Amino acid sequence: MTDTVLEARGLSVTFGSRGGPLARAVDGVDLSVRTGEIVALVGESGSGKTTLARALLGLERPSAGDVLLDGASLDRSARGLRAFRRRVQLVLQDPAGALNPRHTVYESVAEGIRLHRLDSATGRTETDLVAEALSSAGLRPPERLFLRYPHELSGGQRQRVLIAGALAMNPQLLVADEPVSSLDASIRGEILALILHLRDTLGLGVLVVTHDLGLAWNIADRIAVMYLGRVVEAGPTEDVLRDPQHPYTRALLSVVPEIDHMDPVVLTGEVPDPTRIPHGCRFHPRCPALADGSAAAVADACRGTALPILPAGEGHHTACHLVAARQGAAS
Amino acid sequence: MSGLLEFEDVSVTYRTSGGDVPAVRGVSLSVAAGEVVGIAGESGCGKSTLAATILRLQPPSAKVTGRVLFEGEDVQTMRWGDLRALRWAGASMVFQGALHSLNPVQRVGAQIAEPIRLHEESLSDSAVARRVGELLEQVGLPAARARAYPHQLSGGQRQRVMIAMALACGPRLIVADEPTTALDVMVQAQVLGVLRDLVREFDVGLVMISHDLSVLADLCDRIAVMYAGRVVEQGPAGKVFTDPLHPYAAALAASFPHIGDMAARYAPSGLPGDPPDPADLPTGCSFHPRCPKRFGACETTDPQLRSDSAGRAAACLLVEGR
Repeated sequence: MTDTVLEARGLSVTFGSRGGPLARAVDGVDLSVRTGEIVALVGESGSGKTTLARALLGLERPSAGDVLLDGASLDRSARGLRAFRRRVQLVLQDPAGALNPRHTVYESVAEGIRLHRLDSATGRTETDLVAEALSSAGLRPPERLFLRYPHELSGGQRQRVLIAGALAMNPQLLVADEPVSSLDASIRGEILALILHLRDTLGLGVLVVTHDLGLAWNIADRIAVMYLGRVVEAGPTEDVLRDPQHPYTRALLSVVPEIDHMDPVVLTGEVPDPTRIPHGCRFHPRCPALADGSAAAVADACRGTALPILPAGEGHHTACHLVAARQGAAS
Repeated sequence: MSGLLEFEDVSVTYRTSGGDVPAVRGVSLSVAAGEVVGIAGESGCGKSTLAATILRLQPPSAKVTGRVLFEGEDVQTMRWGDLRALRWAGASMVFQGALHSLNPVQRVGAQIAEPIRLHEESLSDSAVARRVGELLEQVGLPAARARAYPHQLSGGQRQRVMIAMALACGPRLIVADEPTTALDVMVQAQVLGVLRDLVREFDVGLVMISHDLSVLADLCDRIAVMYAGRVVEQGPAGKVFTDPLHPYAAALAASFPHIGDMAARYAPSGLPGDPPDPADLPTGCSFHPRCPKRFGACETTDPQLRSDSAGRAAACLLVEGR
């Protein structure tokens, strides 16, 4: 695919404690985001989604595999990382904590422009660039906000300032980590609409890291569901959320609070410790299909045979022995 | 129906150097034993301030008018001794942000034991330890977790500890302020399940505060939606979520899409603008500057909460005109 902006290939990130076991936080992931595409990476706390996002931003060094920008391996020299981090921008969660309370809106947005000397690179004044970034983020007229401090802004405005700071870099891709989880319900829609608008007008690729499946339904073209360091199901959002295959995806969907949904499958416990990833299918100790006997025919494979890494890109893929057996029987 | 908790025309005003700021403006609401009532609204709508008056936890700068009745007694005027007996044993609170509400250098078992020791001084150490173990098991944690420090627990486990603590003295009412906001969907479902079981098993009343109408609709019997210090809509939970009367309640309900609903694809629903500054409220209906359905009279007429025969109520001129 030529228009793939950012790609992970067989990416793994491990954390070691001295003398202790290795934690395989990301354990072999293929994932790609194309120009003008919004991909949602969903999973519970501890699934490795934030570590994967950090590795894609060049903030964690992978223990295996590679990160590619425009098809080229990430250059990990200081200069290479600097250029990379301009083109791939992070939008943090919790805008109240991410903005420096002593910096005005202007200072916060201008910081990156100064760091990357974008005024001389583009031949435009710093003020111009800041104003343009703020209006792209929906803060108009921008001049009125220049001298405001974060505490004078509403939650929605603060989130827009963070997005403006990212847009000022003229990036190709945004990585947004839970962009609306700390915002009020009414503001949430406004920020999601802004992300869609930026994709449409600027052709930005966006990777949204979230545990909110409603958010994915609202804006994502594709969705990748992560469990314990691996993508276990991926595909077009409509396919994955309307016809989930993996028992884990089904369980996640079943507990979204709504009035008339499927019977909730509340998994017990939490995502296991990544220093002790279960053998076979990593989900098998919590798998409701294995517990209720519906996966009895493939139970040996579930407990003993590891599943392959799902391919990035097109199609709806699931890493599950039961699904594979069903598909094999159907064809 | 004799109410366990009754708000009678409660208003709370913060006195600041810049003048009086009305945070809650005339709220009436009741909660019966075994009933789950949700209070929905955005930050700054007054929902947490209202909840604080139940245990007289509002800051000293706040002036409360109206009556907050717990089992018929006015919490705001009762003597200190009675109030101490009420806190934990009559009504208890589960605060948001369990990480910051727990003492990081004390084992969680000791923290759960603290209110028990205060209220039942005669209990032996072993009886207290047994009670702590039972409480932990009630919220789905092994009794041995009493020896853990907060940092050794996950977010969901810490929130369970907070709930165990709230249960410690067998309260008749539990007030939960955004108990699942920072949690994942799966852990949220687990915590909501714990709360649901408690209400069923012990017939306690539960007041649940959240900005997430879909969570409230899932758990509550009734929901009150607050905006700018007032209840703008209340009624049976399912109705308020699926068929809201007030345009603000409708906007809140629409902000959580129904997964599978193609109309919500690439069309996130939001509400432009920000909630009003309580010190500088708009004229007429305080929601009118953001209301998609406003008309001339909304700028001048302040609508009152009117009930219909089906037990639903809304404060909106459009609803009055129906």
